Amino acid sequence: MLVHKFLEDSARHFVEKVALICDDQRLTYHEIDQRCNRVANFLVEAGIRKGDRVAVYFDNRVEAVIAIFAILKAGGAFVVLNRTTKYKKLCYVLNNCQAVAIFTDAQAAGEFAQLSSDVPSLKCVVCCGAYVKGLSARFFSFEEILQDYPADKPAVSCIDVDLAALIYTSGSTGSPKGVISTHLNIVSAATSITQYLSNENTDIILNVLPLSFDYGLYQLLMAFKFGGTLVLEKSFLYPMVIIKKLIEESVTGFPIVPTMSALLLRMHELKSYEFKSLRYITNTGAHLPISHIKKLRQIFPHTKIYCMYGLTECKRVSYLEPDQIDAHPGSVGRGMPNEEVYLVDENNQRIENGAIGELVVRGSNVMKGYWGLPLETAEVFRPGRSPWETVLYTGDLFRQDEDGYLFFVGRKDEIIKCRGEKVSPKEVENVIYNMDNVVEVVVVGIEDRLLGEAIKAYVVCKDYARVTERDVKKQCLKYLEDYMIPRFVEFRKELPKNPSGKIDKKRLMAGAEFGTERESIVGA
Amino acid sequence: MNKDRLREFIHDNFLFGDSDMQIQDDTSFLDNGIIDSTGMLELVNFVEQQFEIRVLDDELMPDNFDSIAKLSKFIEKKLSQATVEALEVPTANATR
Repeated sequence: MLVHKFLEDSARHFVEKVALICDDQRLTYHEIDQRCNRVANFLVEAGIRKGDRVAVYFDNRVEAVIAIFAILKAGGAFVVLNRTTKYKKLCYVLNNCQAVAIFTDAQAAGEFAQLSSDVPSLKCVVCCGAYVKGLSARFFSFEEILQDYPADKPAVSCIDVDLAALIYTSGSTGSPKGVISTHLNIVSAATSITQYLSNENTDIILNVLPLSFDYGLYQLLMAFKFGGTLVLEKSFLYPMVIIKKLIEESVTGFPIVPTMSALLLRMHELKSYEFKSLRYITNTGAHLPISHIKKLRQIFPHTKIYCMYGLTECKRVSYLEPDQIDAHPGSVGRGMPNEEVYLVDENNQRIENGAIGELVVRGSNVMKGYWGLPLETAEVFRPGRSPWETVLYTGDLFRQDEDGYLFFVGRKDEIIKCRGEKVSPKEVENVIYNMDNVVEVVVVGIEDRLLGEAIKAYVVCKDYARVTERDVKKQCLKYLEDYMIPRFVEFRKELPKNPSGKIDKKRLMAGAEFGTERESIVGA
Repeated sequence: MNKDRLREFIHDNFLFGDSDMQIQDDTSFLDNGIIDSTGMLELVNFVEQQFEIRVLDDELMPDNFDSIAKLSKFIEKKLSQATVEALEVPTANATR
């Protein structure tokens, strides 16, 4: 089974069924499959070969969906990037994976006119919107491709261990890493998840999460797998718009992160709405507080809530059956189907007795490593009990109760989860270090009701230097995605050090305030 | 004048004074990724405090909030509604 077969099989069985509702368009499986074939044929003619990486740099929109499946049909591997990724990091990722093509909008194509010279591997830039004619022979129009290329399926064949995607994730070293995902990885993960969610072709999923985030991406992949309908929105910027859409389209599945539930719970008028069609809500990315669950149950009394946990390196790890929330409050459940999970101590010995240990994952959803990073790969993707096997050391600490239910304790490293997405403190620190007059900086996560963790930067400047909070945030805005920009910036004369001379985050945090400013806005 | 106050707030809090990025009156916040969902709460809070109006859940919609021009118009509408209500109150009291 291959990922693009999800689309092709559904297009055969559910020809005229609406597969995608997005940008005021309603597209059937047949229509989408045809468009993907056209774009795939273009890619093949443009010289894309099996395994080539092709970037997708869009907001959540129809063309992003088309591009993803077209790339697969052409035998390539898609690399979806958050549309708020700034130029320098965009170039880093494209060069890191030696992308041969990129799909983007005219605004980006115009702004980043030197992209094809800064990324020598790029053979073509496909843009939609106003056609950027004359910029270079390597620019192509998405709309023209849809007109000019045939809708027959390209004659490209893949096998399930072929590369399907690189999903970039933040790393504690500060540079993003591309998680290598084969067709088999994705199919395995999608099969397990759709099984425990009991998905059927009658399901209608509403996704506001970015397609660059694996949680958002898989909403698309799984919906096409089970022949359902995906309602794709750009963001949760206007929550009431999303709620109305949820009701209007009789949505049955709604994936959220805790920041979204915090925003929902602020809304006074939700209790007057009925959500009879909503079969389930899922949560992952960060812990969903029990107080949120209680309130969500009041607003959505007919809806099952799935608390889950996962990481990009294996897509998903665990889920809590909705009827077990009360019996195991605070748990993220047990391993999903076709997977084994266990805890190990510092000596890599299995723990069975309720002690805290690092979670290890075993299964065909465990991805193949980090692109071009053998050392980092070897630290995390290690031999299992059997020498031929690779298992994933998650770097997350858990304990298990006697029924095997998992409880998250903390990270081994210092990754921050802001709005459910990973933020590397080092990556943010590196950006701030590049400012004139900054001598020292450390970035931490502090508990925040709305964000999960808010990002705070402690900055030490040269004496008499006039660096402001605004300057720091402006610098971060220039180089980082929007969810990585520090919420709080505090200037200090010096930062506390531990005996080995490293910045002592614990002592620093000991005096740290909680996200109090947010509380006045969040309310309930 | 309202537009200027809004533009200044957005510039200071979401663009951090970056003079390279100019927000026009009709620049869409949603389409240009200028404000995120938690930032929108800050904008609502600012609007409520600065203009002494209350934004209801279903008034937080693109038609009212998704550009400086739209937001300015929404604020004016709310302010004139508040004025009308303030003028009506004495009449209501008199009939009790």
